[in-house]
Amino acid sequence: MATLELRKVHKSYGSGLADTLKNIELKIDSGEFLILVGPSGCGKSTLMNCIAGLESISGGEILVEGADISGMSPKDRDIAMVFQSYALYPTMSVRDNIAFGLKMRKMAPEAIDEEVARVARLLQIEHLLKRKPGQLSGGQQQRVAMGRALARRPKIYLFDEPLSNLDAKLRVEMRTEIKLMHQRLKTTTVYVTHDQIEAMTLGDKVAVMKEGIIQQFGTPQQIYNDPANLFVASFIGSPPMNFIPVKLEPAGNQLFAPLCSGEKAELSCALPLAAMAEGVEGREVILGVRPEQIQTTAGTPGLVPIAAEVEIIEPTGPDTLVFVTLNQTKVCCRMSPDDAPRVGQVIELQLDPEKIMLFDANSGERLRPLSATTAQSASNVTRLRSL
Amino acid sequence: MIKQNKLSFSRLAIYATLLAACAVYLVPLIVMLLTSFKTPEDIRSGNLLSWPDVITAIGWVKAWDSLGGFFWNSVKITVPAVLISTLLGALNGYVLAMWRFKGSQLFFGLLLFGCFLPFQVVLLPASFTLGKLGLANTTSGLVLVHLVYGIAFTTLFFRNYYVSVPDALVRAARLDGAGFFTIFGRILLPMSVPIIMVCLIWQFTQIWNDFLFGVVFASGDTQPITVALNNLVNTSTGTKEYNVDMAAAMIAGLPTLVVYVLAGKYFLRGLTAGAVKG
Repeated sequence: MATLELRKVHKSYGSGLADTLKNIELKIDSGEFLILVGPSGCGKSTLMNCIAGLESISGGEILVEGADISGMSPKDRDIAMVFQSYALYPTMSVRDNIAFGLKMRKMAPEAIDEEVARVARLLQIEHLLKRKPGQLSGGQQQRVAMGRALARRPKIYLFDEPLSNLDAKLRVEMRTEIKLMHQRLKTTTVYVTHDQIEAMTLGDKVAVMKEGIIQQFGTPQQIYNDPANLFVASFIGSPPMNFIPVKLEPAGNQLFAPLCSGEKAELSCALPLAAMAEGVEGREVILGVRPEQIQTTAGTPGLVPIAAEVEIIEPTGPDTLVFVTLNQTKVCCRMSPDDAPRVGQVIELQLDPEKIMLFDANSGERLRPLSATTAQSASNVTRLRSL
Repeated sequence: MIKQNKLSFSRLAIYATLLAACAVYLVPLIVMLLTSFKTPEDIRSGNLLSWPDVITAIGWVKAWDSLGGFFWNSVKITVPAVLISTLLGALNGYVLAMWRFKGSQLFFGLLLFGCFLPFQVVLLPASFTLGKLGLANTTSGLVLVHLVYGIAFTTLFFRNYYVSVPDALVRAARLDGAGFFTIFGRILLPMSVPIIMVCLIWQFTQIWNDFLFGVVFASGDTQPITVALNNLVNTSTGTKEYNVDMAAAMIAGLPTLVVYVLAGKYFLRGLTAGAVKG
């Protein structure tokens, strides 16, 4: 159990090459579960290897419990890691796999036996101890890999995409189990994934990365409700957020985002927005709205309805996804299966001006209302002055 | 449960070809075996494939009398050279596959040249070096030459084997607190049984059967069995004792055969049991 802090961590594989990690700043408290999430090649695994000491950093500091460990060798850092490929030692039995790290640390044989028994009980792998990794199923190997990390009782656990080699059903089960394990043991954990559902469900804190830069660092709710830019907004959420290009038009002290469905003028509507930062009038911006934030008119009274023709419906079971076109962009709305319209039907949709977000079309940066341009927290979204 | 048990023409042709190929390989062996158990008179009077009139081991006894010492010479040369070159090759391969350093690819590329160097090219430089080291005409000298020559091959074998081993294994072991040699000895070597067997067979065959290095770098009592066999068979004095020649040739060839049979079995076992899941 320890705090982990990264200060200005920088990694480059040589001059002339693009930096793999740029100015990474992170801080998590003891017992917190940090998720590093991002598309492949974003540097999240490199960052994890740097924390483990398997790769050196080019600059900055890695602090565990306030002490800089960036110059130490991996074995002195007291960090355990679960690998994507499990990396179980193929010639050793499950028992020896779990005991290997303890033997290397010159623990007494009786203490090793005790520790192996404790971990085996915890992970329910007692019956597998004598087997070789090759005789185990994927899920069992996964458990042994976790057992190997647990046995050492390290200060920090690192998980490198541990569930990506499992089938879908087992992945959900193990996800719950990892969460349960963390709730019970309360060990500081860093978990790398490219799966945004794992990121949302497991993390206390989430760092969304792209091209070696942390795009946003916050709680899962902050990341989901108040994304810092277009990339974060598009990466987190399934089905993803809708992005509709609009040209903002001023009218009085309000801004309007005209939306139209198809070519027909009668199926169009202007969505009144709060006053935004100077100079957005007349500009092309991206309007972002999550599928569940689009309601049919049966929803809140007083919101401006937009008429649109249903093009495709996708029933997923709990929800039905309804696709319409707004401003030549396909827009997904999540509806209850009972309220789902038919294909070809014209429905009236409502976008809550308090929930929608605006992004700069070029930089992808979030455009915030005047009153809150510098603020970052989720509560500020509500400061958008609505109608 | 194969119902189609009829011998078709093509199947017959295949079997006939296989039998002919077997005969090509086995008849000389049979001739050697039969001859080695015959008396010299029997050899002169009978034909090659006839059964011996009297089965006698005199040829084998005489062959061992003249070759026994050289047999042990070969053992003393081959065993250390095979073991050390395999071990060094494993260590080299481990470093080249798992602990890449700047220029390691180039290093490996240059090392590969060693596999394509003909024996004849290294004769002069090697004898010069052995002379300088004071190892000329010694068993140790011959061991050294075979060792150096073999490392290129053993490194190639092990490096290519370890390249397919996921390097997460090494990273996991490093986090577990294992050092360079612990990882090598405890994790990688135990999973290398198949490639160790390949290496042993290859190196044993190469070194045991070597004639050129043996004839150049050893003389008199330090000669390996291949050179001694040549001297025995090519002797121009006295009557030709074909039974002794044949027995001597069998004695010289037997160890490689034994290694193939024994290690080959381990080799297959290693291939099937070492199921490593990446």
